[in-house]
Amino acid sequence: MEFLASLIPPSLSAHAPAVIVVTPLLMAAVAALMPNGRLGWAVTLISTVFAALLALSLIVEVQSAGVISYAMGGWAPPAGIEFRIDALNAVLLLVIAALGLLSVIYALPSVADEIAEDRQALFYSAFLVCFAGLVGVAITGDAFNMFVFLEISSISTYVLVGMGANHDRRALTAAYNYLVLGTIGATFFVIGVGFLYMATGTLNMADMASRLPDLSDSRVVQAAFAFIIVGLGLKAAMFPLHLWLPNAYAYAPNFVTSFLASTATKVAFYTLVRFLFDVFWPEAPFVAVSFLWVFAILGIVGMIVASVQAVFQDDARRLLAFSSVAQVGYMMLGLGIGTAAGVSAGMLHLVNHAMMKGALFMALGAFAIRFGIRRISDLNGFAQSMPFTSIAFTIAGLSLVGVPMTVGFWSKWYLGVAALENGWWWAVAALILSSLIALAYVARMLAAIWVAEPHHDKAGAIAHARAPWLMLGPLWVLAIANIWFFFQPDFLVSLTNAAAQAALSGATR
Amino acid sequence: MSWTPEIAMIAALLIPLAGGVFVGLLGKYPNLREGATLTAAVLLALNVAYLVSVTGARPELIYEIGSTGLSFGLKLEPLGALFAAVASGLWIVNSLYSIGYMRGNKEKHQTRFFVFFTIAIACAMGVALASNLLTMFLFYEALTLSTYPLVAHKGDDKARRGAAIYLAILLGTSIGLLLPAIIATQFIAGSTDFTVGGLLNGEASPLVASVLLVLFAFGIGKAALMPVHPWLPNAMVAPTPVSALLHAVAVVKAGVFAILKVSTYIFGPELIESAPASDWLAWIAAISIVLASIIAMSSNNLKRRLAFSTVSQLSYVTLGAMIAAPLALLGAALQIVMHAWGKITLFMCAGAIYTASKKTEISDMRGLGRLMPWTFGAFAVGAFAIIGLPPFGGMWPKLYLMMGAASTGQLALIGALILSSILNVAYLLPIPGRGFFDPAPKEALKQRGPLLVVLPPVMTAAGVTVLFFLIGPLTEFLAPVFGVEL
Repeated sequence: MEFLASLIPPSLSAHAPAVIVVTPLLMAAVAALMPNGRLGWAVTLISTVFAALLALSLIVEVQSAGVISYAMGGWAPPAGIEFRIDALNAVLLLVIAALGLLSVIYALPSVADEIAEDRQALFYSAFLVCFAGLVGVAITGDAFNMFVFLEISSISTYVLVGMGANHDRRALTAAYNYLVLGTIGATFFVIGVGFLYMATGTLNMADMASRLPDLSDSRVVQAAFAFIIVGLGLKAAMFPLHLWLPNAYAYAPNFVTSFLASTATKVAFYTLVRFLFDVFWPEAPFVAVSFLWVFAILGIVGMIVASVQAVFQDDARRLLAFSSVAQVGYMMLGLGIGTAAGVSAGMLHLVNHAMMKGALFMALGAFAIRFGIRRISDLNGFAQSMPFTSIAFTIAGLSLVGVPMTVGFWSKWYLGVAALENGWWWAVAALILSSLIALAYVARMLAAIWVAEPHHDKAGAIAHARAPWLMLGPLWVLAIANIWFFFQPDFLVSLTNAAAQAALSGATR
Repeated sequence: MSWTPEIAMIAALLIPLAGGVFVGLLGKYPNLREGATLTAAVLLALNVAYLVSVTGARPELIYEIGSTGLSFGLKLEPLGALFAAVASGLWIVNSLYSIGYMRGNKEKHQTRFFVFFTIAIACAMGVALASNLLTMFLFYEALTLSTYPLVAHKGDDKARRGAAIYLAILLGTSIGLLLPAIIATQFIAGSTDFTVGGLLNGEASPLVASVLLVLFAFGIGKAALMPVHPWLPNAMVAPTPVSALLHAVAVVKAGVFAILKVSTYIFGPELIESAPASDWLAWIAAISIVLASIIAMSSNNLKRRLAFSTVSQLSYVTLGAMIAAPLALLGAALQIVMHAWGKITLFMCAGAIYTASKKTEISDMRGLGRLMPWTFGAFAVGAFAIIGLPPFGGMWPKLYLMMGAASTGQLALIGALILSSILNVAYLLPIPGRGFFDPAPKEALKQRGPLLVVLPPVMTAAGVTVLFFLIGPLTEFLAPVFGVEL
């Protein structure tokens, strides 16, 4: 990692927080001007590789320096906009950079298949805007700026989802639903930020945090808290605010789904953690009560209800989308536990879930490009038709259930341990119940792939195909990561532990 | 490089897997393919024999997973060595039998069958050698998954339905009950290692221990304690060699072996005795014993009858583990060995009868013994062993179990054991009895029983007789584990 980070010259890495956001934004314009999809893809790939290297250098620097504070345009905070990177959002940066890069590599054949040729360059352009927005949300230290980046990423996401209309017209209504609900979420969030500005007179989050404890009786602050939680909850697809998600994931282009599923809701979850622990403070009565009664309870209900809904889906991607809602529930539970162990477990699941869902959606995309599948019954016998993709899908699926030897086990393990340390045995029971339901819906797909009779062509032979290398590569990187990080968990666990420490120590400053 | 115990433990896992690879590669040449299975079986048995000889050194291999406090590990101890020896020894006999059966009945997909068989054996070895609960859990689940294609082998709707029930019950109980118990154990004791004297002994209160004991007893669904037994009769849709080796030996014995290992090394006899749940579980086991025997008596399908007999006999082990007196534990361990030899004999005979006559219902088998004297003779020996008559190995476990129950004063349990033996007589002996003494059926056999189908049950029948006389070395091997005074 250090070696890759050292590729960035010091003069550049001093401005890395700004450059990592600005580059994809500028390159989006360049990509839009490209005459065809391949060149658009090349521009996108170069920008994401560059962004990933910058992210690495930032992460390495955070690990040695603790906190990086960058004054945008030289205007010192709190008046100017501050970009602030600590151990908490370093994890997010890692996830966005890694999954963004892998998704982009994967994108070329997938986009060529699904998007009309004359739109591909524009499509990549929209993706780069979305990428820039997500990175911006992750690293900004300014509440209003966070709103802006959230909207940059969201609006470009509506476009990306709507692009699925080339394949399936339902993408348009899905995108429209998403737009309506996403806008409501953004509105709630900005109202909350506005209230906070009214009460504290600042938009810088660190500055807000230092002024808020004196205002804990203020109704304005309490209302702001409620607005922000609902707004960010909508963006994070926290149950029951998840209604936009299943269709958006199911009908978006495959590449968009695998990218969004592994990054977008994660970023929103991060903002929740940031606001709960760092802007507000967990000892405040109205915050403390939300841990159990909002996050833990809704998290658990989401874990179970969304999993049950997943079991009854016929569309493979909708199934995984409902599963994503359930997985957000796990993270919310970790957040609701409210201890360092709980937040760390939630963050760990955030990283792990990016690995498994990214791989699962990529594999479905690989199936789709060869056989145009949508429904679970279409997957019948794919172990014989596309064995390499099927094996990767199986690994990621088992990881989703939390089987030992896959990284998903650690998610549940640490969540369970954190819950038990709090004496929340009922949360452990819910965790296990939800894992059993997860087993049921994953088993439905695996049974189709491995057990059911394969489809035969007219001559009676089993159809064989191999996904393009550019798809298989990223898919297998993620699949192997799912196993690798089970046996070498220390890297991720120490990252998320540091993240939780950063989040909680921010609370006591 | 010399053959060390550590290498041998790894080899116990790798030999069957390597065998599986060769079986898969040689799929087009049936004779070479079967050669690969047999070679692997013989090598594994030799390797396990070596392991048995070095059990005293308690070799172990541990892989710590980062700094999470969890680990995977293999460790050799007498109970595991015993289970490994039984499974690997009977695998040789069963491989011969499988070859005869699968060819005799012209089954399809034989390569797939033999490949998954080797994987299942590797998993059974893993269960036998696991040094902690986490490792055992992993192999336990892998064993369930690797036997699924074997149960569903026929591929028709009936087979698929049976296999789905098999999978659902075994996975459901293990994830829903066993896994929480393992997590709780880790949380309470800070590890899940099998420890002499009991890991939780002194760590958990009798109440907590009771809850955990119930979770383990029902979570280890392979032990088929009622009411989590229905997977076993449903698994009888599998070809008979699968029923014989897996559902009389490897899979079910992995279950009761796990129960015995958990009660000996995780709880320890002291804690079990102080936990109130152990009495209830002993009674549930006793009820399972009697009830399953009654159900066995009422079923006319031979394999179904044997399946319920297995349910009944498995609960002997659970019963011994719950009584937790040294002699009862010894009886339970011996039951694993003796029942394996006896029941595999019966299953192989059932398969031999099916191969020769295509008959599956007991009422159709009258007089068949006159045409198939060797098969029915072996069946009679197996039945005697299951009932517990001397001079067959099955006598010893019942004797020790009764002595164990007597030593703790639970006389009613002795009554249940006696009742069960009487029921065994009633549902097992009529089969060879009518086979020999009723007049021979008019129609001739479909085919003569192939040598490879008839010889193996005769071999195991001889084996179960020999085991009666080998009780000395066996108890000497096991006694230190349970603190039995000889």
